[in-house]
Order: sequence, then structure tokens, then C-alpha cells
Amino acid sequence: MSSMDITNLTKEKLTSMFNAGKRFDGRGLLDLKDFEVEYGVSNMAEGSARVRMGKTEIIAGVKMEVGTPYPDSPNKGNLTVSADLLPLASPRFEQGPPKFNAIELPRLIDRMIRESGMIDLKKLVIVEGEKVWTVIVDIYPINDDGALVDAASIACVAALKNAVFPKLKEDGKIDYHAKSDERLPLVETTIPLTFTFYKLGDNLFLSPVREEEEACESKVTLGISKLDGRYMINSCQKGLSVPFRQEEIEKIVKLLPEKYDEVMKTFNKYLK
Amino acid sequence: MVARPSGRKANEMRSMKAKVGIIPNADGSAMFAFGDTIAIAAVYGPRQLHPQHMQDPSTGILRVNYDLLSFSVSERKKPGPSRRSKEISQVTEWALSPVLDLRAFPNTVIDVQIYILQADAGTRTAGINAASMALAHAGIPMKNLICSVAVGKLDKDLALDADNAEEHYDEGEGHTDIPLAKIAGTDEFTLMQLDGKIPPEMIKDVLEMVNKGCEEIYEVQKKALKEIVE
Amino acid sequence: MIENEINEENEQIESSEGNKRWVVVPGEIIVSGEDFLPGEGARREGDNVIADRFGLAEVAGRMIKVIPLSGAYIPRRGNVVIGRVVDVTFNGWLVDTDSAGSAFLPIAESPRFLNRNEMDQYLGIGDVLSAKIWSIKGRGIDLTLKGRGLGKLEGGFIFRINASRVPRIIGREGSMITLIKEKTGCNITVGQNGWVWVKGDDLDSEIKARKAIEFVADKVLIEGLTDKMEVWFQEN
Repeated sequence: MSSMDITNLTKEKLTSMFNAGKRFDGRGLLDLKDFEVEYGVSNMAEGSARVRMGKTEIIAGVKMEVGTPYPDSPNKGNLTVSADLLPLASPRFEQGPPKFNAIELPRLIDRMIRESGMIDLKKLVIVEGEKVWTVIVDIYPINDDGALVDAASIACVAALKNAVFPKLKEDGKIDYHAKSDERLPLVETTIPLTFTFYKLGDNLFLSPVREEEEACESKVTLGISKLDGRYMINSCQKGLSVPFRQEEIEKIVKLLPEKYDEVMKTFNKYLK
Repeated sequence: MVARPSGRKANEMRSMKAKVGIIPNADGSAMFAFGDTIAIAAVYGPRQLHPQHMQDPSTGILRVNYDLLSFSVSERKKPGPSRRSKEISQVTEWALSPVLDLRAFPNTVIDVQIYILQADAGTRTAGINAASMALAHAGIPMKNLICSVAVGKLDKDLALDADNAEEHYDEGEGHTDIPLAKIAGTDEFTLMQLDGKIPPEMIKDVLEMVNKGCEEIYEVQKKALKEIVE
Repeated sequence: MIENEINEENEQIESSEGNKRWVVVPGEIIVSGEDFLPGEGARREGDNVIADRFGLAEVAGRMIKVIPLSGAYIPRRGNVVIGRVVDVTFNGWLVDTDSAGSAFLPIAESPRFLNRNEMDQYLGIGDVLSAKIWSIKGRGIDLTLKGRGLGKLEGGFIFRINASRVPRIIGREGSMITLIKEKTGCNITVGQNGWVWVKGDDLDSEIKARKAIEFVADKVLIEGLTDKMEVWFQEN
């Protein structure tokens, strides 16, 4: 029995509050939760970061391995994003095979990173067609109070920005204890982020706390970055079964750049 | 007497850190660190145990899960439980259960989740220390705290709370790892493991060293628990 | 009405204000001496009374007990709890009360006679009720709606606080909850399981009531909390 399911009363109350443009924590519907970033969660990772966004806390770490390229891209390194919704982080997360949320979260982040071109995968080749670097990003929520995907997007970008290559020994093996000072081949100006818009009744809202997320009837996650100074949507996925109307979609894409800039204003302080 | 690679004295532990209440969703939670080894623990429950056939009508059940985060170690640990983590989960459960009285919660489970953020040797003992604080924080009836630390043996000499570099000591008799846990302030040991080589007559010294270490750990745990109260 | 039920439980905790209280960890000696009697959360070992859990040690005369400061809700007979209907069965309702063991409300324990076919009109899935625990059996909790102030909760909303903070929300002889009700004009019911129901005349007063309750619940231990709350209301 999940004790976290929302009651009818609270859902109705949230609907009428949203209709009046109000939230329990005093934010407007499209106001984001404040966040902070901390680097170096694990000195064993090639890069790592922790994001605290309201009561949500999530950590991401980067590990580097040497592998073989995929046959269809012999001149590119590999990127793998994975997530584990630890039962430590919420009474809703259970031990055992991953549920859909645990599968979807890393896929959303993977597409956001990959399609933005943030990592120059070609520069991860050691011997073309034979040996390449594999970048593995692992995501772990520590406390889930809503908006995990958007918090994860910040944590992953921060961990990648924080990462350095381990030393490659002459025998081709990695010496993890000898870190180089060489950073990953990241496109400096490309910072992808996700924004998940949630819908309850006719209201759109961002950055929910747990109960708001439970109350939502539909949601859509968009990955956005900038290419040569222009905003680019890189990924999109709608979740849950209530449709979005065209007018709502237009509103969302219009809001995206504004929200992106808002997050970047804070994030930039941590990226220097 | 060999000099410890860390430069510490034989019975000198790494600096410890502890904090209680780090995971708001949990009924109890704590962090415990020995130097660069960082463990976090969350307790959920008593709550209903599924599947029902595992329920015990005479008492609540303790269930421990220990694991490493993938990037807590130099070579990425593949997600999901390994044989190692399953064994450590089980011995941790046995190490903690003697102080718990769960008879007031029949048919329920108390879940203890332990994860290692950063591993530099001593992860199971740090995990036990964190879990002990998290169980107390969760208000579970508990006779006492559990304190845990490993004694290392480098060649022929004992070294309390060895770090990873010391665990790789390979001269003479090499390194021996002896992780132990005990009920605070008593002479009762609840975790005993050993890997390596040690003459039987040295065990008494090992226990004395652990007694000294556990006294220090207990003070750190006690302080962290008291600190959450305004 | 419901608060009265809770106050009885609560009085033991709050009526002893002025007694010496301090934080203890499991296994810590609270007092030494033959005269003291170990109460809840304490045990005797030789000359000493020792804490059996983490919490606030309190010496009231000869009696020593340890009041929990945190942790999951442990159901007790006679507690009034708030719950959410998760299933309607042929002979009653399955209710989530956020505690170990499932709770069941038999149709015979509804406040008035109900036909089987009107059950889900009276209480459907997701609906909220305040109920009293009338028995705790092996696998579950049995609830009743027979009693003043019990029944389906209509309007307003539910939120959750840590169950160990419920006594502070109620306050000494209900002083805290009375203050919050007066200042916000809201109807408030606090279940022992930490679920809180608030219903006010307008959204703003409901939001304020929740904020006030969460402000109190976030404080682990503060003396003179009612005075602090008066100040909070002046500032908010």
C-alpha cells in the first residue's frame, strides 16, 4: 500500500489553488524551486555533483572506461546514462527490478545530453574503430520531493563539467588513482537542461513538490540548449494520458527560453 | 614496528564525521565517515511487510541492504547487488539486530538502506555506524548503539581503521583485515570477520584496539544524535 | 471533538512541562538510584535507569521515561487517525493510515446503516476520513467511525507531518492548535498518525494554517513554542 498517493481532497484543493495562481509554498505556478550545486560527492568518480532543489536531493557521478566503439559509429566514443531509484530516497521506491520511472529518467537525460552535442564524442576516440572512451553517468536520488528529472539534468551537466580523464597507462589500462588534468571534450557554450511542464486541470506548472507531482494529470519533459547563440529544443517526451492542447504547447515552447535563462543565471555561478 | 603509510599511530583512527537527519523522506537517517569513506543510511518503518508469507506474527523483522554507488570505487561498480554486497547486508543485519527489540511491531519490517558514496576501506563498518544512528533516529526501541571499526594488520603490526592504501600493504605478512562491531559500552561483539593471517595470541590486542576505537565512535554518534535537537 | 481524544494522550507529555527533560541516546544512563522507576522507553540495569530509545528523557517525580522525537507512527488502540480509502470491499473499506499494517473499516462501523450498494457513494477510493482505532490484531488495524467528530472529511485538504510532532501541534491542553485555529479561522483535525486536515473559508487562510503547523512541526525541540507562535503570527 503506497502511503504517498494523494487524496481526492488535496487534489481538488490543489486544482482550485492553481486556478487562483497559488501554491502552498508561496511560489507562482511557473516559478522554479531554488537550487544549489556541490561538486566532488565522490573522489573516486572522474566527476561528480550533488544538486539540492528544495527538499529534493540528487547526485550524479561520471566514470570513464575504455571500450570498443559501436560498429555504426567507429569514430565516436560512447555515452551511457543510468539511474537507480534507491529505496533509500523515498518510501515509494522499492527494491527489485526497475519500474518505468527508473527506466525513463536516464533515457530522458541521455537524449538531452546526446542530442545537444554537449559532448564531442569524436574526441573520445583512442584508436579509430578499435578503442574509445566510454563516459558513464550514474544518477542516484537521495531524497525525492518531486521534479527529479529536472534536478537530475542539472546534476549530470555539473558532474560532466567537473570530470577529468583518468590516466591511461602504457599497457592501455586505466590508472584510476592518477587523474589527469584533462577535462572531457565538452562544447563550452552548450549547456543542456530539461524542463518538465506538469498539467492539472487547465493549469501548467513547473518544479513540483511531491504532492503536486502526485496530483498532476499530464506532463512533458523538454531538453533545451543553445547552439551558436540560438535556443534549440533537443528532446521531448510527453508522459501520462491527458492530452496537451496546441495552445498549451505553444505556451510551453515560448516559456522555455525564459526558464532556461533563469536556471542558467544560478547555474553559471557554479560553472565558473 | 612498521610505519603506517598514512603516518597515523597504530591506534589512531581517521577523522570521523557524522550527521543525523540527512534524508527528510526517511523515518530515520544518518551519515558516517571515516576519513574518505562516506556511508549514508536511511531507515523506513516499522511498515507493512510484503510478501505476507514473510511476516512474523511474533515480531517485526529487520531487513538490511548495503551497496556501493557505482562511482564510489575506482573501477565502476555495476548497479545491482553483488555477492559481496549481499553478504555484507546479511552480516550487517546480524551486527545490528542484537540491540533491537521489535516484538512491539509484529508482522512489520524495518528497512535499513545503506549506501557508500565514497570508498576508502572500512565501508561496512562505516555503514554499520551510520545505520545504528539512523535506527536510533527512527525511534526504534534499542538497548544501545552499535559501534564498528576494522583493525588492520600490516606485516606483523596492528593498525586501527586502515585506509585503502594500507589495505594494499604487501610487505612481510601483508595486510590482514579484521572488521568488528560491538554493543557500545559492553564486551559483546556483533560482527566478526577476518581476512589474512594473524597468530591467535594477537586477537586479544585486536579486541583491545577495537574497544578503544569504539569508545571514540560512540562519542561521535552520540554527539550527532544530540545535535539535531534545538 | 477529535482533538479531545488526542489531548488525553497528549496530556502526559505536555502536562509535565517544567519537569527536567533532556536528550538521551539508546543505552545512555538517565539517572542512578534505587528510587526511580523506569517508564516507557527506559529500563533498569542495576543501580541505573537507562534509555531504551533515542528521545527526550523526562523525570516526573520517581518516574523516568523517554519521549520519542522522531520516527514512524506506531498505531495504538483508541487513537484517532486520518486515512485515505484505498479499496472498497464487499464488507467494508481498506484504509491507508500510513502505518505498519493495513487498516480496515467494516461496514457495520459506519455511523449510520448503509446498504452494500451505497458503500462507495458514502466513501469511495481516494476519499478521506477520520476514524478511531478500536482494535489492533495480528495483521491489521480495525477502525470505527462511531464516535463524535469521526467520519468522512469533506472539503479542505490533507497534508502530513511527522507523527512524533503531533503532541507539539496540539500543545499543552490544546493551546497550540487552539491558537492556530483562532488566528486562521480554519477547522483543523490532527490525526495521531501525523495526517492533518484543514478546512477554511478561503485559500489564503488554509495556506496560512498549513504554514503555521509546518513551522511548529519543523522544530525538533523548543521551549515556549506557543509564545514563538504568537510572534510568528504577527510576522506572517
